[in-house]
Amino acid sequence: MHITKDLVAASATPLVLGILAEGESYGYAILKQVNELSGGRLEWTEGLLYPLLHRLERLGHVESYWQTPPGGRRRKYYRITDQGRAELVEQHRQWAAVVDALRGVWNTTRSINPIVAPAWEAGR
Amino acid sequence: MTLDSDSDLEGQIAQWRAYTRRRRELHHADTEELEDHLRSRITELTEAGLRTDEAFLIAVKRMGSLDELSREFAREHSERLWKQLVLPGEPDAPAAARTRRELPVMVLCAALAALAIKVPSWFGLDLADEDAAFYARNLSLFALPALAAYFAWQRRVGVRVVGALAALFALGGVAANAYPLAGDSQSFGLTAIHLPLALWLVVGVAYVGGDWRSERRRMDFIRFTGEWVIYFSLLALGGGVLTAFTAGTFRAIGIDAEGFISSWLLPCGGMAAVVVSAWLVEAKQSVIENMAPVLTRVFTPLFAATLVAFLAAVAWTTSGIDVERDVLILFDLLLVVVLGLLLYAISARDAVARPGLFDRLQLALVVSALVIDVLVLVAITGRITEWGFSPNKTAALGENIVLLTNLAWSAWLFLGFVRGRTPFARLERWQTRYLAVYAGWAWVVVLAFPLVFDFA
Repeated sequence: MHITKDLVAASATPLVLGILAEGESYGYAILKQVNELSGGRLEWTEGLLYPLLHRLERLGHVESYWQTPPGGRRRKYYRITDQGRAELVEQHRQWAAVVDALRGVWNTTRSINPIVAPAWEAGR
Repeated sequence: MTLDSDSDLEGQIAQWRAYTRRRRELHHADTEELEDHLRSRITELTEAGLRTDEAFLIAVKRMGSLDELSREFAREHSERLWKQLVLPGEPDAPAAARTRRELPVMVLCAALAALAIKVPSWFGLDLADEDAAFYARNLSLFALPALAAYFAWQRRVGVRVVGALAALFALGGVAANAYPLAGDSQSFGLTAIHLPLALWLVVGVAYVGGDWRSERRRMDFIRFTGEWVIYFSLLALGGGVLTAFTAGTFRAIGIDAEGFISSWLLPCGGMAAVVVSAWLVEAKQSVIENMAPVLTRVFTPLFAATLVAFLAAVAWTTSGIDVERDVLILFDLLLVVVLGLLLYAISARDAVARPGLFDRLQLALVVSALVIDVLVLVAITGRITEWGFSPNKTAALGENIVLLTNLAWSAWLFLGFVRGRTPFARLERWQTRYLAVYAGWAWVVVLAFPLVFDFA
């Protein structure tokens, strides 16, 4: 299934903030987690992820630091800030409103069947 | 996985890194972050059973084209395309601590330079009055030591180099003040012109961190000099605007700021600007295309056309160059400009590029300058045989010979290069080595001329 660019872009911020709210992480791990959470349907590129992380950092929603594990190589970690948590709450509120509205539309519109995962994807 | 494929992978990653480094949109830290990403993916793929070279290819492919990646980065970091001129660019680079100290040290050196020009006034030497001669002689001794000190700090030069620098500046100080030169004597004027040149090359020793034997470093200093002139001119323009506003606004409220401007704002600002422009050149180095080569590209054809037109006019009127003293200086300056155009074209040229149209233009410029130089030399020799040697005429003669030698050999090397016989590097080497001749000549004029001409 292909998810349009606009939708990917719009959902990127709450996804990253949500993942970082669980605990600090780094680029590659975030990318993998998004992939897993969406059952492989959201495929982010590095060109989307890293500029987004940098923008969130510039806005003060996340902060970054470099860490070198013993015997490992330097890696840049991101952690959410209090302001980022507030932003996440706000995004959550907005998305809930959108999802509610959509649900209402899906229910009243008879021409569309309720969203049921297709059989070949049900197992994922 | 064998050891061999591991080192293979490192090589490939190093190549990828070198490639990304060329992107202005990607900073060092971003490259490092992306490299970590790349390695994570490679590890995952090899653990899934792929060979390292396959894993590398897939990982790079998945990262998407660098063009696209850079474009996304550029969109987020548009300021990078304007490359911060003033702020130290990369806060998390390894040398960050030193970069942070860069600014305070620069400000300190600029303040020292600004203060230095006020020190004589504490001993009753006023800038405005008849002591102006003192300032004219010593002008280069106020700011240039501070500039040299800044570079000495920045390049962490050794004690011996610091000693040599101090000794040379002391020598300059003695040369400027020990000789009993009258303010209206020719030797006085020559010292005022040549001492700054000699000391600027001393600053060059500090700039190259004492490694003055290295041709690359000397070329860097030549580049730096051109950029410095441009930045200094820009600061001077800004300073002019500031001065005008200071004078105007204070006059509007009935306070006369003239005294403050002439005894503080202009001298101190000018001295500080010497250091500040040097720092600006360093701070933005490799960041924007350097200005001096760009200007060279514009003015080389124009100067070549002017010189050829002038030569045609000389041939047409069949009159030699009638040398008055002012005109003599004009021609010397012209040769210096031609040499400057040549130097900056060389300093910015890709040494392995094949000779092109621009190089031929350059050759035409050098050759026409040479012809003019010969005409001027003939005229000076005529004057000297008629009136005898004077400090000014001797200095002009010497300068012409110094420049003629350089231009003649440059033309020869250039000809060889345009015909594909000589590598470009020889031209570069010739120019960087010639710096020593300029230094030698400047010191001779400063130190020996007053004695030879009995302080005339």
